[in-house]
Amino acid sequence: MAKSSTKTSYWQAAPMALVFLLFFAVPLGVILIVSFWKYTQYSISPAFIFSNYTDIFSGCFTQLPSLCTTFSTYLQTLIFCAEVWALTLAIGFTIAYFLVFEVRTTTMQVVLALLCTIPFWTSNVIRMISWIPLLGRNGLINQGLQDVGLTSHPIEWLLYSHFSVLLAFVHLNTVFMIIPILNSMARIDKSLIEAAHDAGASAWQTLWNVLIPLCKPGIAIGSIFVITVVMGDYITIGIMGGQQIASVGKVIQVQTNFLQFPLAAANAVVLLATVLVLIWALSRLVDIRKEL
Amino acid sequence: MHERRSPAFFALALFFALFVVFLYGPTITILILSFQGPQGGLTFPMRGVSLHWFRQLFQGIGVVDIGGALWNSLKLGIVVTILTVVASVMAGLAFRRNFRGATLLFYTAIASLIVPSIVVSLGIALEFRIADDGVKALGDAYSIEWIWDNFTTTMGLFTSGLGAHLSWTFPFGLLIMFAVFNRFNPAFEEAARDLGATPWQAFRHVVLPIIAPAIAGVALFGFTLSWDEIARSSQAMGADNTLPITLRALTTTVTTPAIYALGTVTTAISLTVIGTVLTVVTIVQRRRRRHGSDAGKGV
Repeated sequence: MAKSSTKTSYWQAAPMALVFLLFFAVPLGVILIVSFWKYTQYSISPAFIFSNYTDIFSGCFTQLPSLCTTFSTYLQTLIFCAEVWALTLAIGFTIAYFLVFEVRTTTMQVVLALLCTIPFWTSNVIRMISWIPLLGRNGLINQGLQDVGLTSHPIEWLLYSHFSVLLAFVHLNTVFMIIPILNSMARIDKSLIEAAHDAGASAWQTLWNVLIPLCKPGIAIGSIFVITVVMGDYITIGIMGGQQIASVGKVIQVQTNFLQFPLAAANAVVLLATVLVLIWALSRLVDIRKEL
Repeated sequence: MHERRSPAFFALALFFALFVVFLYGPTITILILSFQGPQGGLTFPMRGVSLHWFRQLFQGIGVVDIGGALWNSLKLGIVVTILTVVASVMAGLAFRRNFRGATLLFYTAIASLIVPSIVVSLGIALEFRIADDGVKALGDAYSIEWIWDNFTTTMGLFTSGLGAHLSWTFPFGLLIMFAVFNRFNPAFEEAARDLGATPWQAFRHVVLPIIAPAIAGVALFGFTLSWDEIARSSQAMGADNTLPITLRALTTTVTTPAIYALGTVTTAISLTVIGTVLTVVTIVQRRRRRHGSDAGKGV
């Protein structure tokens, strides 16, 4: 009996396992292998060389403290990560708090949470280009500012800039913070908050010493999501940055377009290693499986 | 009973309202601007109201085959939805028992969710490129004329493209199933078996009706994620293009509201799917509340 039921589990899990094997595990393995291959302008061939990696980091350590291209690209991407993380966390936490502690009926909570989630099911590219009529030179914001006389010239840094990339990242990814934090927060026993209050804790003390520690798993999951999305991004940075801002993902994409596959693969391995270190640091805070 | 709302409530409610405006405002702007008159441009003011840009869209923008891309996205999305539902439910059932490799499979799914898409996309592209070289080498080694004459590539919408999408939708499907089965009371199923139901009957008439809303949720994720997918598809579609890829290419070349019209069409399809699923789930939940579970009534 036990044996046959294990067999059942195997064939039930088989389709999913097969897809992950063919379209996730093997591709990652292929990337690792190809990152040691040689390439010419039109072909790639098996080898075991380290020059793809040394090319990425050429001069990076000798010319310190000035940054090589790779380091400055990583630094720029990490700055985006930090900014997006801080903003989505602050907004996501506030929204989740409102839904859990201030909205009284479950139906209303579900409706409002859905309202936050629906845009996630629509196209990211469209949500990006929809900023153009607002932020462009002749966009609504510039028109408005000029009409009230706050500025005589259109502000140029609103679109195709660091600002617009940041705005789009927050616009697209706050939902990844809201949902996990909401999930953690909804499980908090409300009497704990009352107990803190009765014991004389101020609102800030309750937030800092009770709420935030209890929401830590949700915060960690949301953070992992947001940080990995921003680390590997090239589409948001491409479209909202007017193809002018560098990112790690964009470097890989450009090298792929030039058919420099081994170099792109080496870059992908370095990116993956960076992301894994970040996740490892965050996941020490949480056991994902317990959260579902 | 109702205590008075605190000032914090009004501050937070205002914050929430502003956030919703921030979420929806821009999209609503381009929905409006897509009905721009023929003389209108990419920004306000509206110069009349017309369907001009939708007509333009269906006549084709330059050399880009929008109808083809739309059709590719639609058929791929449907196949992805079906496969995601079937594989996720099966895997969800499997995970109710402990089996060797369960932890590995779970963490692989999580990894597939958070490994940057550009990396997965590049990996799939390389995998198929190497497979192509392999097939060609095979053709040369055994002088297979069919390969010389007909073979170009193994990459395509329903090979590498489909795989890329599944690597993105499966983790969502599995997580939803996990959430459902963690709250699932196995007593119902055991009762069915005690009454003589075969495993299939117990699944079909007891388990399936109970998890039906979650299945609708998986389908919703499956279709919408595939319909909008771009990061993983970018290197893995071969010669075929999906709608988001086409749309992204258009952002750099098209400077008319036709691109907004395409945005409106795409969003309308997404919203139709979302609306349908949410309505079905709501109706099922209501009916359940009225009648109790209808599990088992089909026998």
